[in-house]
Amino acid sequence: MTARHARTVSSLVAVLLLAACTNYYEIPIETPIRPKLDVTGFQRVLVAGFISGGTDDVDSNLETTRLLRSQLRTKSDLRVIDTDVLPLMDVANEGQNTSTGVVGTPAAIKEEKDLEPYERLFANVEYWKKIGEEYQQPLIVTGTIMFTPQQRNSIVQREVERYDSFGRRQVTPQRTYVERKGFALRPKFVFIDGRTGTVMHSERFAEEILYNANQTTPALSSYFELMDRLIPSFLNTLSSQKIKGTRVLLQ
Amino acid sequence: MRASFSLIVVLLALATVPLAADARSDAKKHVEFGVTVAQKGLWREAILQWERAAQIDPTYAAAQNNLAIAYEHEGELDKARTAYEKALAIEPNNSYIKQNYELFKEINDRTTRKDGQ
Repeated sequence: MTARHARTVSSLVAVLLLAACTNYYEIPIETPIRPKLDVTGFQRVLVAGFISGGTDDVDSNLETTRLLRSQLRTKSDLRVIDTDVLPLMDVANEGQNTSTGVVGTPAAIKEEKDLEPYERLFANVEYWKKIGEEYQQPLIVTGTIMFTPQQRNSIVQREVERYDSFGRRQVTPQRTYVERKGFALRPKFVFIDGRTGTVMHSERFAEEILYNANQTTPALSSYFELMDRLIPSFLNTLSSQKIKGTRVLLQ
Repeated sequence: MRASFSLIVVLLALATVPLAADARSDAKKHVEFGVTVAQKGLWREAILQWERAAQIDPTYAAAQNNLAIAYEHEGELDKARTAYEKALAIEPNNSYIKQNYELFKEINDRTTRKDGQ
């Protein structure tokens, strides 16, 4: 027996011994997570709208505003203000160099870097304070959303099953070229204090989904699938959440 | 002289073995009872049992692991991290503890993620 075999056998024995000696019990747990932001000073929340870009197939500004409002209505204690989505793009473009602090905005937002000039809009204390006064000093949720199509080509290894003339099953690895298409969602949520107009907190997320190239999935359905993944984290900024999971108790 | 010294060392070693074994079996009773009450949802009581077990036998990884889980369930994430780290320091190759810790870290990271504001 070589030293390598001896090591393998001894580690196997160790694992078996551990399994034999340890009693373990799977147990469901619920971890309460405290909210990241203290929003006790607010009674109302205004999801103002977003600066959005990427594909034209989905109006990410409108869809995100609708989705967040409906989630906050059912899963937070704050009263959600129902109003038209603020035309932030127009506000930023109209007020270049003056009230909004936004300078040199691109004609269309197609890439992440196109969003950069708009970032200053969120730091415009006077603008947000004015909005806050208009809506009775709520917590304001705004930010940027990039929803872009993705395409990845790669070589993947798959196991192919074959039966020979004697009916024996054979599995052989085969390398295949795969074309995958999908979408990437990169939102940045900005939380503004409607009483002072200042940014309280901001948070970035990045999610991606890819399908086989021959699969046709509507952009809107991919958008909702991706938003579903990050909604718990968004909600956890404002309200406490319970995360369900399983752990192993030992004896 | 040398032989008698060796004999004393051996006797001392033998005397400490039952002590350690007693501590472990005592701690094990608390761990077992903790598991029973935790399965009934009585996590506060479970914490008391596992804290006692860890106090009796600080080298008992199961007590620290279970404590970490209970702290997680109670939302005391800092205490949970400390207990997991102690459990892993005692048994670094225990796959159950490693798996629990990885799952805990995933949740903990989610609560601390921020964007420079």
